[in-house]
Amino acid sequence: MFGRLTWSAIPFDQPIVMGTCAAVGVVLLVIFALVTFKGWWPYLWREWITSVDHKRIGAMYMILGLVMLVRGFSDAIMMRTQQALAAGHAAGYLPPEHFDQIFSAHGTIMIFFVAMPFVIGLMNFALPLQLGVRDVAFPKLNSVSFWLTAAGVLLVNLSLFVGEFARTGWLAYPPLSELAYSPGVGVDYYLWSLQLSGLGTLLSGINLTTTILKLRAPGMGYKRMPVFCWTALASNLLIVAAFPVLTATFAMLLLDRYCGFHFFTNDLGGNPMMYINLIWIWGHPEVYILILPAFGVFSEVVATFSGKPLFGYRSMVLATMAICVLSFMVWLHHFFTMGAGADVNGFFGIATMIIAVPTGVKVFNWLFTLYGARVQYNVPVYWTLGFIVTFVIGGMTGVLMAIPPADFVLHNSLFLIAHFHNVVIGGVVFGVMAGMTYWFPKAFGFKLNERLGKAVFWCWFIGFYLAFMPLYALGLMGATRRMQHYPDTHWQPLMLVALSGAVVILLGIVLTVIQIAVSIRQRHANRDRSGDPWNARTLEWSIPSPPPAWNFTRLPSVEGTDAYWHMKKEGTAQRPLPGAYVDLHLPRNSPVGVFLAFFAVTLGFALIWRIYWLAAVGLVGAVVVALIESWKTDLAIRVPAPEVEAFEHAHATAPLRGPSGSRDTVHDDVVATSGDRS
Amino acid sequence: MSAGEQALTGMPGVPLSLRGPAPTRVVAGFGFWLFLLSDIIIFAALFATYAVLSHSTAGGPSAAELFDKKHVFLETMCLLASSVTCGFGSLAIQRTDARAMYFWMGVTFLLGACFLAMEGREFASMVAAGSGPSHSAFLSAFFTLVGTHGLHVTVGLVWLVVMLLQVATLGFQPMVSRRFFCYGLFWHALDIVWIGVFTIVYLGAK
Repeated sequence: MFGRLTWSAIPFDQPIVMGTCAAVGVVLLVIFALVTFKGWWPYLWREWITSVDHKRIGAMYMILGLVMLVRGFSDAIMMRTQQALAAGHAAGYLPPEHFDQIFSAHGTIMIFFVAMPFVIGLMNFALPLQLGVRDVAFPKLNSVSFWLTAAGVLLVNLSLFVGEFARTGWLAYPPLSELAYSPGVGVDYYLWSLQLSGLGTLLSGINLTTTILKLRAPGMGYKRMPVFCWTALASNLLIVAAFPVLTATFAMLLLDRYCGFHFFTNDLGGNPMMYINLIWIWGHPEVYILILPAFGVFSEVVATFSGKPLFGYRSMVLATMAICVLSFMVWLHHFFTMGAGADVNGFFGIATMIIAVPTGVKVFNWLFTLYGARVQYNVPVYWTLGFIVTFVIGGMTGVLMAIPPADFVLHNSLFLIAHFHNVVIGGVVFGVMAGMTYWFPKAFGFKLNERLGKAVFWCWFIGFYLAFMPLYALGLMGATRRMQHYPDTHWQPLMLVALSGAVVILLGIVLTVIQIAVSIRQRHANRDRSGDPWNARTLEWSIPSPPPAWNFTRLPSVEGTDAYWHMKKEGTAQRPLPGAYVDLHLPRNSPVGVFLAFFAVTLGFALIWRIYWLAAVGLVGAVVVALIESWKTDLAIRVPAPEVEAFEHAHATAPLRGPSGSRDTVHDDVVATSGDRS
Repeated sequence: MSAGEQALTGMPGVPLSLRGPAPTRVVAGFGFWLFLLSDIIIFAALFATYAVLSHSTAGGPSAAELFDKKHVFLETMCLLASSVTCGFGSLAIQRTDARAMYFWMGVTFLLGACFLAMEGREFASMVAAGSGPSHSAFLSAFFTLVGTHGLHVTVGLVWLVVMLLQVATLGFQPMVSRRFFCYGLFWHALDIVWIGVFTIVYLGAK
């Protein structure tokens, strides 16, 4: 009846897990009680859960990412503590089977359920606004994507309390991940949660690519798109091209595990290296899927706070698209040690070094934009400068490892761990934090607290160097990744330094939560009534904050790059808009996403525990939901013209700021605009 | 869409990329194209795996011993013909000619079902002869590649029935026509994938 699911699946004997379980249970209970007591359910259902508004969905992605950041970071600090303790004869406090689950969960969660939701959330929020349109191409599909990602999140978190998680590392290499060596449900949790969220990501990639290529404001040709849109285009093209490979690879491993196939087994002709090749054909583009939108954020931030156009727009676009193509030609550098031979390794080593060139172009573009400008040192700029320094170091250690003989020494060492945290924290996390601070006032109508924002930056910045510079050294000393214990006590002092860095980062995460809470409390003091708090350049700042459900009352007409800057300069940006208002039509809210996710979780959970009747219920339920939805015809709601007009008049702003007079020199621009700032 | 926007989008002489948001028909079709491309990448991964594992027979039967090329040729003809009839059906939809549409799409369904039945017979005879997918890496790769295509054809048949019901209940409204257009793209794409399967798996069997 219940497949392999019995009471023994719940780890009553593990105090750490049960303590976490109890704490999470209490927190959830308090939240549910509060929402119920306050009567917030109808509001949440109407305005958030069933919302198809890209801004709401973007915000929900960001919240999901933040929550999972806490989960992923808990794993990180447990690992750091274990490694700080377990030297020589000391055993530490985590038994190997628990430690192995923790490092697997840490990697899986940080990439799939923290970095991806953050990046997709930023793109969801900002793209339609920057492109000057009312929503993404397929708003309902967007909601489905989000809820499928949330379904994956739910499954991954369930594994903590019911059963176990994979002990295989974050990419579940076979033959270890095959049934013969991982007979438990850990790998199944891994596979099904990533299949669900991967489908969500793929649909999101299709949606956003279509949005960029087919929905842009009149006049916004490709050469006039903001750089963030370009990087998002590259990122989403990579999603469409790479995620199907992940789906196919996981499907093959699932067939091995469930149906006795022999793709990656040791016997009957199976080839484990095939899995590793396939998974990195997804895996290498994935790192660019994450970093390219971050590059886009930095480009917007640098241009905005320097008060001048981005240096080398065309070279930035070309560099972005070059990275997009080259990212598919470097996957083998993840396993030079496979033994493909000097010629193959040489090719991929050189390709890896070449991909550093467009990245270098970008760094120079940002530096030249900053050069000679009167830079406003706001929080996003802090993150950007921190990023440039940190990312260049990470990039150089990457190029170092691109040399196959050097990689043979450093493969799977802590040097590698330091390298990719160097680029992922220094690049993606810093970029997401910059983007969140930059667009927060647009999303919610008030700025985040500046002082706390700077404190958060310094915690992450200092914490990162404390935590990962020792790992470079340890890697060179011979320490490998995923050590539950090590005999050489000489490594311990550096491990303690690394732990102290993790504690500083923890402080940064705590301060982020405090920053958000304090900013919400002080929202009246930090209110932005102009819609353009940074004196920015792109279209999202031409509308009120938070924007109305329809974004643009009238689609803007774009004359060049930095469209809004141009409007401010020409004096054509006006609010309220002159002329007659018309009825607007918006997509109607839909619960189909959350219903589909419910049945998807049911399906995934049933398959993990081999409860096949329940799996059938999940599958049939999902199909029925989709069929019912496909017969609905009343898909739009009408916003009457008077309502639109009333909104416009309510948000009539003071005379618009912006560049006045000549734009002959950069300094004129900055002087002309900085005086308006208070 | 406001009058001003319509004026802009309908403006001749303005490059396509500057004309503003594309109409829903174009957006839906383009999105579905992207989906199909991603689907074809799934097949690309399966083809690559088949190419690598096709000689890993683990002492079991090889491709040349297993396949009956005449049977597969007939199977192929069914599928290719169904693409032609699907094309005629799509033309009937453009004319909103319900009778012709039901006829051609009905033929499409039958040909698709024939294809599936023949594939099912091939699979069943292989399993009965002890050459099931868990026998060797080669057989795992074969059953997965061809079976994934077969699964797509099955989904296509179900989708076709749903579309016929939608026309019957909702008529040829733009939403239904758009979906039927996407269905046509899907069905033709399965043909393209099958040509790859036929060439690499069956004709390539040595």
